[in-house]
Amino acid sequence: MSDAEATGQPGEAPGLVREVVKSALRVENVDTPKNRVLAVAHTVWLHLHPSKVPRHAVRFSFTWGAGGIAFYLFLITVVTGVALMFVYRPTPEHAWLDMKRLDFDVPFGMVNRNMHRWAAHAMVIVVWVHLLRVFLTGSYKAPRQFNWVVGVGLLTLTMLLSFTGYLLPWDQLSMWAVTVGTNMAAAAPVVGHEGPFAAPGVTAANDARALLLGGPTVGGNALLRFYILHCVALPLALGLGCILHFWRVRRDGGISGPAAPKGGA
Amino acid sequence: MEPLWRILSQPDNIPIALMVPLFAGLLGFWWRTARRNDALLAQGGEAAVRSAMDGAVPEGTPDPRVHTWPYLLRIELIAALVVTVVLLVWSIVIDAPLEQLADAARTPNPSKAPWYFLGLQELLVYFDPWIAGVLLPVLIIFGLSVIPYVDVNPAGSGFHAWRQRRFAVAVFLFGFVGLWLGLILVGTFCRGPGWNWFWPWEAWDRARAVPMATRNWADVFGISSSSGASAFGALTVLGWYGLGLVAWWRLRHRPLVARLGTSRFAVVAFLLLTMLSVPLKMALRLGLSVKYVWTTPWFNV
Repeated sequence: MSDAEATGQPGEAPGLVREVVKSALRVENVDTPKNRVLAVAHTVWLHLHPSKVPRHAVRFSFTWGAGGIAFYLFLITVVTGVALMFVYRPTPEHAWLDMKRLDFDVPFGMVNRNMHRWAAHAMVIVVWVHLLRVFLTGSYKAPRQFNWVVGVGLLTLTMLLSFTGYLLPWDQLSMWAVTVGTNMAAAAPVVGHEGPFAAPGVTAANDARALLLGGPTVGGNALLRFYILHCVALPLALGLGCILHFWRVRRDGGISGPAAPKGGA
Repeated sequence: MEPLWRILSQPDNIPIALMVPLFAGLLGFWWRTARRNDALLAQGGEAAVRSAMDGAVPEGTPDPRVHTWPYLLRIELIAALVVTVVLLVWSIVIDAPLEQLADAARTPNPSKAPWYFLGLQELLVYFDPWIAGVLLPVLIIFGLSVIPYVDVNPAGSGFHAWRQRRFAVAVFLFGFVGLWLGLILVGTFCRGPGWNWFWPWEAWDRARAVPMATRNWADVFGISSSSGASAFGALTVLGWYGLGLVAWWRLRHRPLVARLGTSRFAVVAFLLLTMLSVPLKMALRLGLSVKYVWTTPWFNV
């Protein structure tokens, strides 16, 4: 007499593989309409999605896939960027040599660095594509006004991330591109020492550009500041912004679309 | 053609070169879809557009929606795989640039900002840094953010269309494609040493001096005293933004303008006139060699 019979439980335990799969997915791996819904709703990675979507929403021709691809490119830059951080040291003595080390010495260092840079460039473009698509489909209209504003914030953060990353290789390209860019802060009205109406006491050593660079010119302090902004502050802000953006997509009624015919969803 | 090839083959410029066919293709695709939807709207309203976008719904389906698993997730998976493959191939074939060690004592000529800011850098030719580098970027971000609140036209939400929202779409495309993307291309392909204009097929002649004598707006009218020039410049700028008031007075009885209300109209007029002032100032500079429209002891516009 088996234990199951003794305790009054009918049949034998489910197959081992089946039990492992079900315990991991929380849903039996059997294709039924109910399980398709549960597979999405019961999985932390998938539950950002509704369990059902309108037919037009899965059309690439409508969304151009731009929002999702932009987020995926962000994930790629996070993964490749973390890998780069194992090698790279943000000081003027080390930074450029560490880039050389990546390019010639570290296994897969070059391709990893390439992927980080090209994914970042692609992300900027795809975020612009997303902006264009959302505008052209009028998807910012009520009730989605505020999520458009969140999106503009994410666009700004994307460009700031790309800009701060531009300095880190510490080559001539980086230094002078960032010099050109941050000189604008020195020209800001009131808070820049070269700007109109510069406040009394504002000099090259303490104006808005000095705040960004940690000094009047692009040097070691600027490298450290840009590194921390690039690797910690801005990715965190972008990540939090994405959470808000995605949540609002759901709360504001899911993906936009034309009014459905009568009786439709 | 050799200089063009040199610019194009710089690894960082590849995204810019790709951007041209990408945005041209997307806009072409949008235009086709928008015209189709315009026709559908005229026939059967939004329901007709929705039916066309939904495609055929199988007979007797109680719920016209589809399951996220697998119909959406499989697209996301394929898109992720395609992006990964493209990026990997790109990364294997083309190396990210690494120039010589940063040297504060050697300024390259030209010194260019990262490519996505080249439009703003191009504006430095026509505006002082506090306008090109601070005011205009702030206004771009502000202007983008207020779009949903000043576009009071409820039509055309959730599908590609043109006829119902011609004004909004035209303004956006002018700013985004014409100014933002257009000036990035100019900054990338047409600017060489000294930020002088070189056609993409022209060799960069580093010795080329471009002695462009400039004058101010008031000089064009023979006003020579500095206070007179200041006052004339102020009047010009005020007059330009005053066009907003004129427009409001003339259009105030139109239903759309009445719906906008004065505060929204003021915001739209200010942003639109500011955006239009950018190509206008460029034209004044290129056509009449005007450096400043409005000079004061504290700032110049």
